[in-house]
Amino acid sequence: MRTNDVMLQTATKVVTFIILMFAVHIFFAGHYTPGGGFVGGLLTTSAIVLLMLSFDIATVKKILPINYVTMTAIGLLLALATAAGAIVFDVPFFTHAFGYFDLPLFGKTSLHSAMLFDAGVYLVVVGVTMTIIQTIGEDE
Amino acid sequence: MSFVFLIFLPLLAALFVPLLFKKVGKIHTGWFVLIVPVVLFSYYVSLLPTTIHGGNLVSEFQWIPSLDIAFIAYIDGLSLLFTLLITGIGALVVLYSIFYLDKHREQLHNFYVYLLMFMTAMLGIVQSDHLITLYLFWELTSISSFLLIGYWYTRDRSRFGALKSMMITVFGGLMMLGGFVLLSIMGGTYSIRELIPQATELVSHDFFLWALVLVLFGAFTKSAQFPFYIWLPDAMEAPTPVSAYLHSATMVKAGLYLVARLTPIFAISGTWMWLVTGVGLFTMFWGSFFALKQKDLKGILAFSTVSQLGLIMSLLGASAAGYHIDNIAETTFKYAGFAAIFHLINHAVFKGSLFMIAGIVDHETGTRDIRKLGGLMSLMPISFTVAVIGAFSMAGLPPFGGFLSKEMFLTAMLSLTEFDLFSMDVWGILFPVVAWLGSVFTFIYSFYFVFHTFAGEHKPDELPKPAHEAPIGMLVSPVFLALLVVVIFFIPNLIGDWLVKPAVLAMQPFLYDSPEEIKIHVEAWHGFKLEFFMTLGIFAIGFLMFWTLRKWQKSYDLFPDAISLNALYDNMMFLSDTGANRFSRIYMTGFIRSYLVYMFSFVVFIVLGTLFLTDAFVIDFTNLAPIGFYEVVILIALVGSTFTILFSKSRLTGIIALGAVGYSIALFFVIFRAPDLALTQLVIETISVALFLLAFYHLPQISRKEERMRFRFGNALVAIGVGVTVTLVALSSLSQKAMPSISEFYKETVYKEAGGGNIVNVILVDYRGFDTLFEIAVLGIAGIGIITMIKLRLTKKEDQHENK
Repeated sequence: MRTNDVMLQTATKVVTFIILMFAVHIFFAGHYTPGGGFVGGLLTTSAIVLLMLSFDIATVKKILPINYVTMTAIGLLLALATAAGAIVFDVPFFTHAFGYFDLPLFGKTSLHSAMLFDAGVYLVVVGVTMTIIQTIGEDE
Repeated sequence: MSFVFLIFLPLLAALFVPLLFKKVGKIHTGWFVLIVPVVLFSYYVSLLPTTIHGGNLVSEFQWIPSLDIAFIAYIDGLSLLFTLLITGIGALVVLYSIFYLDKHREQLHNFYVYLLMFMTAMLGIVQSDHLITLYLFWELTSISSFLLIGYWYTRDRSRFGALKSMMITVFGGLMMLGGFVLLSIMGGTYSIRELIPQATELVSHDFFLWALVLVLFGAFTKSAQFPFYIWLPDAMEAPTPVSAYLHSATMVKAGLYLVARLTPIFAISGTWMWLVTGVGLFTMFWGSFFALKQKDLKGILAFSTVSQLGLIMSLLGASAAGYHIDNIAETTFKYAGFAAIFHLINHAVFKGSLFMIAGIVDHETGTRDIRKLGGLMSLMPISFTVAVIGAFSMAGLPPFGGFLSKEMFLTAMLSLTEFDLFSMDVWGILFPVVAWLGSVFTFIYSFYFVFHTFAGEHKPDELPKPAHEAPIGMLVSPVFLALLVVVIFFIPNLIGDWLVKPAVLAMQPFLYDSPEEIKIHVEAWHGFKLEFFMTLGIFAIGFLMFWTLRKWQKSYDLFPDAISLNALYDNMMFLSDTGANRFSRIYMTGFIRSYLVYMFSFVVFIVLGTLFLTDAFVIDFTNLAPIGFYEVVILIALVGSTFTILFSKSRLTGIIALGAVGYSIALFFVIFRAPDLALTQLVIETISVALFLLAFYHLPQISRKEERMRFRFGNALVAIGVGVTVTLVALSSLSQKAMPSISEFYKETVYKEAGGGNIVNVILVDYRGFDTLFEIAVLGIAGIGIITMIKLRLTKKEDQHENK
């Protein structure tokens, strides 16, 4: 049975970008408003899954040639390094630092080392969920 | 200088070993490794002047301050002696290994990493003052010994030996940890130095005897005492440098170290004295008796090591007698402690050289089977000389170091007959008798080792390789040790003053205040005393029995293998293996459905039980908000879709209905103003539905009709149980406010201290960052698990073993 998925594919091309932008927004805003690395990562995954559903895994692999296992490893290392970095400053493991800076274009911005940790979480969530989906999906 | 960090120097050096092995392949990696023990040895020698006069040094490094765990390096006479043995023999062994292990064929990077790891562990044991870090290093030696025994991991025997040693020593280590914990409960500290002054109070504590026995388990397993010695002969599968280093000179002495170190705490107890002396002496006899049964050169040495360790152990036990004697300087009881440490040094020296000779014979002839060897004297003259020196020292012949300590051993054992506590006056006579018998057999196997290898008829046809003398580099270490054996005989009092007496001081602080107070002068000749005649008897009877060895050696075959300790170990391993297997098969069905039933039943049982036991069940509807229209609508959708899952005929409907359940819950979160949860729930639901659809292909084709009614009834019971439990917990937690809500704390601190606004996310990344860190680690593990399950699936016929 052949299905006609032109509508799905056309919509996906637009919607994927909206979801991805939203994911990025929600990731950065997480410290003050709802969001964070976990949800951001899941949203990103859902965008990629949408791509996979409307096209197919091989195509998506061509568009996004990412090794998700490596991504997971990088995420774990980033999270661990952020937590361990505190030791260098002679404060207990996992002490976060933050401050407010005036950056060009952004204005007054809060920078927080928790963001780096959250980025690790983000990478792990995307990496693992995509690894699982890809390995199960590819297996015939 | 904070020398506590020097313990970790070998471990640090180990990081560079693989790099050096890969990049600088032309130079044998051993040469780089050799630097480490040499540097450490030179440094530690410079500490000698401090300990000679009874001084000590302490260096600390906080590790986990919140749990009061610290690395405390404590250097006194005892720990410095062991430190010098570890680094000194370590240097010689590394030098020897450079010629023993081929740089092209062997995996040197593995070998030296393990060896350096062992060095750190061993230094840690002998220098740690903190019981917990001592235990840490203790287990690290077990692990590195496991890795080194299994170095040639394609051999079946190597893996068997490695596992056996690990099983037994780690078992002992865990027992010892229990003893340590009891000690710290009794004394309120983990520091050995702080425990020692409390010895007189500790002895009346209820836990004292438990702690004593448990600690001895650790010492006896590590030092291969009867009946735990069975791992040591199998450990001989390790490369010979390892056997010389770990399994004769250092690691197996860790148990002796522990006994010596804790003597001031436990010596007051009669149980200690009986156990340590009795087990030690019996082991000495047993080991020497069965050494003659062995056909493998290293097997003989292994049993001889067991026996010699037993000898030292018995002396350590006998030294506890000093605790109960007034005016010890006038009596012969003073000799036991001195003899223990002195013989420990002698043993490390001569046994190290003997192991190296066994390795040389193996290397140059291709076999260690003593029945094939013989007549190598003229072919390998230097090795022969070294072997004679080592073996004669072991047999207790003059003019070698072993003679002096053996004499002293007999003196100490004789002194026990005069001891009138703990019913020693009745049984004490057994000690010198058993000691004498053991010494006779020691004499015989020493001769057996040397003369059946080097004298007699040369059998070139039976040797895999034509025999010839070893290269000079390989001979350096054994020759050096052999020289030391002779030197010790001529300057025993220098060794005594520099190394032995400071160590004895650490062992018997209740007797002496400084090493100078120990009035012992070692002499080769001390008159026609009873021990002199005992020695003569050993020589005479030993020689006669050696002469007739071939006639009576066959009688060893009369001992049946089936009731040996080895058979006991094998049976225990087999039973625990198959037993555990059979037990898990009862409930491990391979169906996730069954596992979920177990888990849910258990949850219901535990939670309902706790609710009932703690009387926490309360229902109070006073503070509840009214139920609105939307809630009712969503609830109906929720319940409806749940029932759809239960009664749907096709799996696809089930999956979609499951998604509907998730989305309705997300809507609940929206209504109750939890945007974070709602968002996450929505996305998770979307992705898991997509995942289900992807995995659709793999789901098993089991139709519902096949399952019987009885089974579904059980499931229904569990399902209802879970529902009831969750409802009750929800109602109770809402109805009673036993504790103030924690959310106030978060509201107050979230901006001030964490610099954030969204409490949920700040909890995730900051307040409870550890949880998140471990959660993403678990996620990563789950990912790896799925890859292995799907991509690395083994077909059934594939051979899973790498046996060769």
